[in-house]
Amino acid sequence: MNWNRKHLLGLEDLSREEIIELLDTAEGFREVSTRSVKKVPALRGRVVVNLFFEPSTRTRTSFELAGARLSADVLNFSGSSSSTSKGETLNDTALNIEAMGVDIVVVRHSCSGAAYQLSQVLGCSVINAGDGAHEHPTQALLDIFTIRQHKPDLEGLKVAIVGDVSHSRVARSNIWGLQKLGAEVYAVGPSTLVPNGLSRLGVKVSHNLDEVLEEVDVFNMLRIQKERQERGLFPTIREYAKLYGLNGERMKRVKEDALVLHPGPINRGVELTPEVADGPRSVILDQVSNGLAVRMAALYLVGACGPQGGQVESQRASGGES
Amino acid sequence: MSKIILQGGRLIDPETGLDETGDLVIEDGRVLALATAAEGGAAEFLAEEDAEIIDVTGLLVTPGLIDMHAHLREPGDEEEETIWSGSRAAVAGGITTVAAFPNTEPAVDNEASAEFVVLQGRRAGYANIFPVGTVTLRREGEELSEMAGLTKAGAVAFSDADRCLRSAEMMRRGLLYAKMFDRPVVAFCEDSDLRRGGVMNYGKVALRHGLPGIPAVSESIIVARDIGIADITQGCLHIGQLSAAGSVALVRQGKESGVKVTAEVTPHHFTLTDECCEYFDPNYKVLPPLRSQADVDALLEGLRDGTIDVIVSAHAPHTAEEKAVEFVYAPFGVVGLETLFCASYTTLVGKHGFGVAEVLAKLTINPARLLGLADDRGGISAGKIADVAVFDVETDRIIDPETFESKGRNTCFGGLTMRGNTVHTFVGGRHVVSEGRVLGAGQESVAER
Repeated sequence: MNWNRKHLLGLEDLSREEIIELLDTAEGFREVSTRSVKKVPALRGRVVVNLFFEPSTRTRTSFELAGARLSADVLNFSGSSSSTSKGETLNDTALNIEAMGVDIVVVRHSCSGAAYQLSQVLGCSVINAGDGAHEHPTQALLDIFTIRQHKPDLEGLKVAIVGDVSHSRVARSNIWGLQKLGAEVYAVGPSTLVPNGLSRLGVKVSHNLDEVLEEVDVFNMLRIQKERQERGLFPTIREYAKLYGLNGERMKRVKEDALVLHPGPINRGVELTPEVADGPRSVILDQVSNGLAVRMAALYLVGACGPQGGQVESQRASGGES
Repeated sequence: MSKIILQGGRLIDPETGLDETGDLVIEDGRVLALATAAEGGAAEFLAEEDAEIIDVTGLLVTPGLIDMHAHLREPGDEEEETIWSGSRAAVAGGITTVAAFPNTEPAVDNEASAEFVVLQGRRAGYANIFPVGTVTLRREGEELSEMAGLTKAGAVAFSDADRCLRSAEMMRRGLLYAKMFDRPVVAFCEDSDLRRGGVMNYGKVALRHGLPGIPAVSESIIVARDIGIADITQGCLHIGQLSAAGSVALVRQGKESGVKVTAEVTPHHFTLTDECCEYFDPNYKVLPPLRSQADVDALLEGLRDGTIDVIVSAHAPHTAEEKAVEFVYAPFGVVGLETLFCASYTTLVGKHGFGVAEVLAKLTINPARLLGLADDRGGISAGKIADVAVFDVETDRIIDPETFESKGRNTCFGGLTMRGNTVHTFVGGRHVVSEGRVLGAGQESVAER
């Protein structure tokens, strides 16, 4: 097994083999969701805490359910991620929670580096569920997992990440993960949100969606934050939708087997028109169900297969009891 | 009064060009004589019965360092540093004169508060502490401070510390007004719009980490602006903490065209790059930020060709709890008094082949001249006040923040091996550091008496 990590903090420092191990493990867990009893005992007796300093119903729910399906006890803790001049620091909050006997902390925080910081102070495992604009590894893994379902060989595949790449942790994790698996990554969006400097990460930068429309195999449409427009980074949502939204017209020009992904929640009529979001090329709902399998794999690998996972018998979900 | 004789050291005085082995004689707080070994040393004084003779063979004997940019935090942030602890840290680093920056609470923007800093410095009884007064009231950039009063109380320069004057017109007035008192304005150059809430250098590390970046142009655009204003006012502009290659080029160009502009740099900016921020360690979070290798190279070139006149610590102590937070939330700043010399020596002399005197000039006589202190300080020629430092540059030292005299432990040099230990420090002829240990002296403050 290609896994000996205590934490899952990001995809940048994972090897190709480790990413494939995560994807393959998720493949095994996907089947669990189709059973009538949707549970395996892989993490029985283990405690997982969702430590969310930033609101996120989707990711939190997905981790919660993933933990439950592995028979772990799952706790949710919401903290306020304000500046720490008053009140409890991030480290103190995490240490207090860990003192209750926690095995895995799943952390979401608005600051880049928060998950790494916790991994340095906590004795238990840490899974990054999104830190600032840095990484969101499980989201990228579920994106890649979904792509792989339709296009098993990622070598040479052209994947466009469209939108606010600059401020996106989803984009960064996707860039690292996809590049390690051999895909060619495009960053597409307005020059204020997709600066040319991004090419230093090895991506192909384009400010013109129409220019790359015909060569791209996969479109990953990032959610646009209204706040960016309010801060003056682009003129209007209307113009953004015109330039970078996928609509019926544009879909006529894309490759016949192109895929459309979106991490959700969709701004209908902005990133995607309804006909595209609900159309045949859209795999958005697959992403959501795959997210569960990917998060089960992440919890299982760090919880049961990492350097401290010895106490729990290592059993692959597919081979385990039902 | 009896004499103190530093015997057999390498005497280096950048002001006079002296660099020879010999003896230095101190009497009544001043340098009485220098006697080179070639001339037979200070034999006549050595024979005196009550002379205190200190063997400094193999060590550097230099003018006490003058750090024209340090934050001593008092009044207002005494949990971070006091003038007492900061003074101890200074002399532990061979620094005998410190210009204390006015970003205190309240700010040093009037005569009384400047005098408080002077008095606290005297009570502490270690280094010479000179206040830097603000350019504007409360550092708000709206109204000029009473610079005549500040000067009377001892202010050696004016600065709004880490706040850039947003208004070019206020900078023009500040430079004009400060000129009447023959004092420099130390400019913090940063366009806050271009900084956009950045927390580290805008470069590949920031891009990978998704951390908001501070572009180099946010500094150099204000450097250009202020040099333009210095040109029309003929005021005395000193650019604080250069970090970017573009800024170095602008200062060089300004000097060539005859503008009265000088500049400073810190050891961390010419030693480290933004790659230090790889692991989100707030001890590398400084303002201006650590930049790229190309910027470091430009700073080194600026030091070499004289574009950069002064090396400063920009000592900015913070408590452990302030720094033990998310990188984004942590305050900017690192301590530097106790590493000013060793980091400068190790990087510039050790790694880049600078001459010792060349480096020392930027730590002694150059800042002395800028602050109007050169008549009495910044050198060790006979008649000067006996502010003297003795350094050992032959022994390796691993920087351990736990040994610092400063209350701050937030160094960016922790764990690094350096050379340039302080062995002795004399301030006005008083022996305040002996064999690397700070000797007992005054009291911490009125309140804690």
